[in-house]
Amino acid sequence: MTSQTTVERTSDREMIATRVVNGPAHLVFDAWTKPELMMRWWAPKSFGITFLSCEIDARTGGSYRLEFGHPDFDQPMVFFGRYTNVSPPHLLVWTNDEGEDEGAITTVTFEETDGRTRVTVHDLYPSKESLDQAIASGSTGAWPEQFQSLDDLLVELA
Amino acid sequence: MVQYSTSRLDASFAALSDATRRGVLERLGRSDASITELADKFHMTLTGMKKHVGVLEQAGLVTTEKVGRVRTCRLGRLRLEDEAAWIEGHRRLWDARFDDLDAVVQELKQKEKADD
Repeated sequence: MTSQTTVERTSDREMIATRVVNGPAHLVFDAWTKPELMMRWWAPKSFGITFLSCEIDARTGGSYRLEFGHPDFDQPMVFFGRYTNVSPPHLLVWTNDEGEDEGAITTVTFEETDGRTRVTVHDLYPSKESLDQAIASGSTGAWPEQFQSLDDLLVELA
Repeated sequence: MVQYSTSRLDASFAALSDATRRGVLERLGRSDASITELADKFHMTLTGMKKHVGVLEQAGLVTTEKVGRVRTCRLGRLRLEDEAAWIEGHRRLWDARFDDLDAVVQELKQKEKADD
């Protein structure tokens, strides 16, 4: 049984993605913090994205660096930052430092009920402008799939 | 129904495949800028920056306007009208991620059971 994924802009500065995963929190947490597990799901195959490298030091104060490739991109996409709170198996907080300006803070919570875990991914941007800008430039979700819907829209507006 | 345009899509892909051009979009997200300002910021020649802006302009991501001797660049019309499309794209990404995550967690569950 698959639960529904919801994504919402909950305020000027916040985006939330959530879903219930069929397993206990300690295992879901492992999948979010061990590189060999993370690499199997963070870049979905159906999006044509591949992991080039994945370095994760999931301790409070530790850092991460993820590199992805896509056949349509000549350069890898790089994401990096620091873990500011790692409290297994309930909470994971990291910074997103790859941008030029202050980035969003990502807070992931894991709430277990009856062997299933609700995962909530909360992105808090420093300002309304920075979230608007992430959306306008497609930088946060810079995946080709999204460029396609963006492009459909361009055609519609033209 | 929107007529699907391959050439437009190709233009967008090409425009966004370059790190400098993505940087230019990010920069223009904050405020309009002249070609000279952009060239300075990205440590490029004016000619080089003009080419990048030309590619973005062709993809409809940027518009430019020349006033006197200064050509000002701003984000194209899509600006924030595409928020709904972006959110749907984001949802599809997370949906695909969570599907794969579910599969990984199933496997971990099996393994844990077997180890007990």
